[in-house]
Amino acid sequence: MTEHIVVVGGGTGGTVLANRLAEKLGPEIERGDARVTLVSDDPDHVYKPTFLYVPFGKKTVEDAKRPLADLVDRAVDIEIDRVTGIDTDGKRLSLRDGGSMAYDQLALALGAQLVPEELPGLAEGGHHFYGPDGADALRDEMAEFTEGHLVLSVIGTPHMCPAAPVEFVLMADAWFRERGLREDVEITYTYPIQRAHAIQNVADWASEAFEERNINVETFFNADEVDPEEGVLHSMEGTELDYDLLVGIPPHAGSDLVTEAGLGDDGWADVDKHTLESEHAEDVYVLGDLADVPTSKAGSVAHYEAGAVADRIASRTRGQTPTATYDGKTVCFIESGMDEATFVDFEYGTQPTVREPSKPVHWAKLGYNESYWLTARGLL
Amino acid sequence: MSETELDPDVTIDSRGATCPGPLMDLIGKVKEADPGTVIELQTSDSGSKGDVPEWLDEAGHDLLETVEHDDYWSMYVEIN
Ligand SMILES: Cc1cc2nc3c(=O)[nH]c(=O)nc-3n(C[C@H](O)[C@H](O)[C@H](O)COP(=O)(O)OP(=O)(O)OC[C@H]3O[C@@H](n4cnc5c(N)ncnc54)[C@H](O)[C@@H]3O)c2cc1C
Repeated sequence: MTEHIVVVGGGTGGTVLANRLAEKLGPEIERGDARVTLVSDDPDHVYKPTFLYVPFGKKTVEDAKRPLADLVDRAVDIEIDRVTGIDTDGKRLSLRDGGSMAYDQLALALGAQLVPEELPGLAEGGHHFYGPDGADALRDEMAEFTEGHLVLSVIGTPHMCPAAPVEFVLMADAWFRERGLREDVEITYTYPIQRAHAIQNVADWASEAFEERNINVETFFNADEVDPEEGVLHSMEGTELDYDLLVGIPPHAGSDLVTEAGLGDDGWADVDKHTLESEHAEDVYVLGDLADVPTSKAGSVAHYEAGAVADRIASRTRGQTPTATYDGKTVCFIESGMDEATFVDFEYGTQPTVREPSKPVHWAKLGYNESYWLTARGLL
Repeated sequence: MSETELDPDVTIDSRGATCPGPLMDLIGKVKEADPGTVIELQTSDSGSKGDVPEWLDEAGHDLLETVEHDDYWSMYVEIN
């Protein structure tokens, strides 16, 4: 019997996992004892961190894409199709274009979806850099924007890469300064809770940096409506902010597939935070942004989780008891201007320390962005 | 363990989530709730006992009661 392992999603989590499985189960795949299929609805792999640089004209949306076929080990079968249903009792997936597919072990890495329509007026009045079209449109706006009030609002949590909104305003400050426009541009950053970031140490560091750079901060600000006609952002707490350019981090959602399959009732999948095994179904693993674990929705998380899941799936395939676990390891680089950066790393239950920003760390972030393609291929 | 007479319209189970998960779960539900709704927020994060009342103050809703259970708290909130 061939053990069929199906990985859904060709983003960071799914691609790293498929490549790790090809490596770990090489002999089994060769003998025909195991088969790995990667199902994704996009023939390209998209590296989203690139989008942060697009509004500033430093990268293009094209730079973020590579064909999956170039990144995934040839021992993995790639199926470009969209999963439309998951039957965990019958161990079968429904596919939009190709009927259905049976699995023995399933790993879901569908990522998070952007749902700007959840906030009235946001789609019409706001911009963002969280997807290709948004990043392109914001680049055009930023290029034309020479004076006025730029408001960046973190509209909800969880959202991908909790550092990115902080990075965006620090980069915008430096970018407008470089172009001699900073005096004519007011910048305001809003955050839903009582401090500038969920992680206390990052909040302390960011608040100091914002103060030094004359960036206004509004905390306890939960946007509940955008008025595009008047250019006003309203909050649940009763605050109003007039804006000329609104950058809204759009609300995020998990997947309807998760809810429909009974894997989690709010779209995010309930998993054991160490084994990443579903709490509701056998032989189902969930990794990356879709998994509801108490850490950031970050590519580094998806990457480390993929290592643990690959080990567990490989052990099960060989009839061994899996022992590998994920300990919450998260690493985030934080750009703090156009040519300096810092980084944080932490695990479940620990607080990161924010180091003094420096140029070498900025170059390390850019270097990582380039070498990412080796990471995705499982080489790093 | 203490008891309460309150009968919530909505219960949010945020046990196991760390800061700011429980507060954000509450804010998400408040967004959809009508005035008069009573929400029970279950949280095992002791930080919630500080940040939830602080936010309620800011947003103008009431904390009716906090009930301590063995390994979590139930915070009862009324929407204005
Ligand atoms: C602007 C920005 C900056 C970021 N910066 C950083 C950073 O500096 N560091 C960091 O660590 N992280 C960063 N992130 C976060 C990081 O990109 C994500 O956390 C990471 O991509 C999550 O990986 P994933 O595999 O869960 O999902 P994704 O990479 O989003 O992949 C999901 C995949 O699933 C596919 N898919 C979805 N639904 C279906 C379906 N029904 N059927 C088939 N296929 C499907 C999609 O096409 C996609 O290929 C950033 C994100 C953004 C938006």
